[in-house]
Amino acid sequence: MSILINKNTRLLVQGITGNEGMFHTQQMVAYGTNVVAGVRPGKGGEWVLEGKVPVFDSVKVAVEATGANAAVIFVPARFAADAMYEEADAGIPLIVCITEGVPVQDMMRVRNYLDQKAVRLVGPNCPGLLTPGEAKVGIIPGDISLPGNVGVVSRSGTLTYEVLYALKLVGEGVSTCVGIGGDPINGTNFIDCLSMFEADPHTEKVVMIGEIGGTDEEKAAEFIASQMTKPVVSFIAGQTAPPGKRMGHAGAIIEGGAGTAADKVKALENAGVRVARHPEEIPSLL
Amino acid sequence: MKLHEYQSKQIFAKYGIPIPKGRVAATADEAKQIAKELGGRVVIKSQVLVGGRGKAGGIRLAKSPDEAAELADKILTMEIKGLPVRKVLIDEAANIETEIYLGITNDRGARRPVMMASSAGGVEIEEVARLTPEKIIKTHIDPLLGLRDYQARDVAVGIDLPREHWQLFGQVTKGLWQAYLDCDATLAEINPLVITAENKLLAVDGKMLIDDNALFRQPALSEMRDLDAEAPSEIEARRYGLSFIKLDGNIGCMVNGAGLAMTTMDIIKLFGGEPANFLDIGGGAGADKVAAAMRIILADPNVKAVLFNIFGGITRCDEVARGVLVAMDEVKPKAPMVVRLVGTNAEEGREILANAKMITADTLADAAQKAVAAAKAGVPPKGGYPHEHFD
Repeated sequence: MSILINKNTRLLVQGITGNEGMFHTQQMVAYGTNVVAGVRPGKGGEWVLEGKVPVFDSVKVAVEATGANAAVIFVPARFAADAMYEEADAGIPLIVCITEGVPVQDMMRVRNYLDQKAVRLVGPNCPGLLTPGEAKVGIIPGDISLPGNVGVVSRSGTLTYEVLYALKLVGEGVSTCVGIGGDPINGTNFIDCLSMFEADPHTEKVVMIGEIGGTDEEKAAEFIASQMTKPVVSFIAGQTAPPGKRMGHAGAIIEGGAGTAADKVKALENAGVRVARHPEEIPSLL
Repeated sequence: MKLHEYQSKQIFAKYGIPIPKGRVAATADEAKQIAKELGGRVVIKSQVLVGGRGKAGGIRLAKSPDEAAELADKILTMEIKGLPVRKVLIDEAANIETEIYLGITNDRGARRPVMMASSAGGVEIEEVARLTPEKIIKTHIDPLLGLRDYQARDVAVGIDLPREHWQLFGQVTKGLWQAYLDCDATLAEINPLVITAENKLLAVDGKMLIDDNALFRQPALSEMRDLDAEAPSEIEARRYGLSFIKLDGNIGCMVNGAGLAMTTMDIIKLFGGEPANFLDIGGGAGADKVAAAMRIILADPNVKAVLFNIFGGITRCDEVARGVLVAMDEVKPKAPMVVRLVGTNAEEGREILANAKMITADTLADAAQKAVAAAKAGVPPKGGYPHEHFD
């Protein structure tokens, strides 16, 4: 069982005819995800993946024709904000934006607009979602994780794969893995995912992977201490990162003395969370 | 990306914010000429992208064109916190009565821009926040509505600004907001905004940070980048689309993904080593990019060992392996190499590297420990390390 996506998810792919969009649509379909539509303005009426997936000119038309109830975005950064507005306006309740490098002012406008609607955004700059054995939305490799009862939420991409793989090696399975992305302004945060995992009867324990920058991990620690009954294990990346330098992710930066790994580890440990020293230590702490 | 004071103030002026008369000089002669044109007292301000210029002696007052030339000459040969001073700004000196702080930045937690103002201007706002937080007035701005007039008035009232200045202050706040929007800034700051003895508002200092992710639609700002503020290796890395930060240690790292790259640095440190860099080759990197990354790492003379940690997803391990071979052929590195390949096409990648005399590792912890040991041992034994096999 799972949160956010499962085998009943009807997925629309925005930017399906691009290199990345096409490659990952193949991967998602091969994994068993129900991809019902693609959108690429100017290519409406075509079919892709050996005639399996119809392409539409707009999200609105695609939703009317296929009943898509989730969307994943692979369009370039300069078009990403528009894609998110379009999906929200078409009434899609779950939007997953994989695109990296979306300007932060765009994201502030998008997030404030989406907050006025009943829309959940995951990302941007994220690897997406994986419910092992059922569906994957995004780019997380499917074969590095087994179905199970561990919920995983992470700000990172490949670091998340590392953790999924470490869990798989000891036979631990995952209910759902959510990559929330490494940008300073995103759609879904740790607390959103922690509360969904807390409510999901099939998730028994949670792994939370954070990194330097911002105070979301500290806020999550408060939430864990006051609201969660399920055990949480964590890892925080960037313990050796120098201040003032953006460590790849737009959101991963220690500024004005705030956002350090040490502060986050301390807040989490005070909330009763077991914090791993490195990712491969996580399975033994669960 | 940071803009210099003079660049920020020129932008502010375009948005109706009053700034002192002045120009930039690269030599003492130019400084003298500008001081002559301005007449009276001038301020000579070093243009470097670090804080604490005043304390370092990089901001001086001159009473005559000759003194301006003399001081400019001094400042132009200075280094401030490791950065050479290439330009000075010569500004007409203001008769300062009151100093105000005014800035707009992104509030991550609130997911909105926030305008901050304080009557305790002229010092770093972080200092004010630490010592007298009650002196900072904050107003969040709805990104869909923009800054409203009433919000600017609230801020003016909040910092006890005399009523006679409200109208111009409104113009300054609106101008700053528009500049922040149009330039895709993550910070637009006037510190101090002063009230002069002549009872005028003047933006004496200015600072802007621009969102790197928005530079694709800010071509004019992109050209303002000061390459002196970055290590040459970082400039080279950006050319190849690599995310690279030079550090002081001796273990070079090449990793795909920012979070994993940070983690690789952390685990090296955990096992007693020091990373020489942060390097994320990004998703889907091809052999060319990998070869460039390797050249950049090996150009650092401190590097005594290199750790490759690749978790293939979009990135294919065989592509990375090919890039490593290309670069090794070219650079002929003496430093021992530890390689860990997992995920997409890892098997093919390992086969490609089978004869490359690299130390192999299965787990992240194993890889880090081997890299730390290799860096301590120095150059590899003749004929390289015995090749180890994966399970």
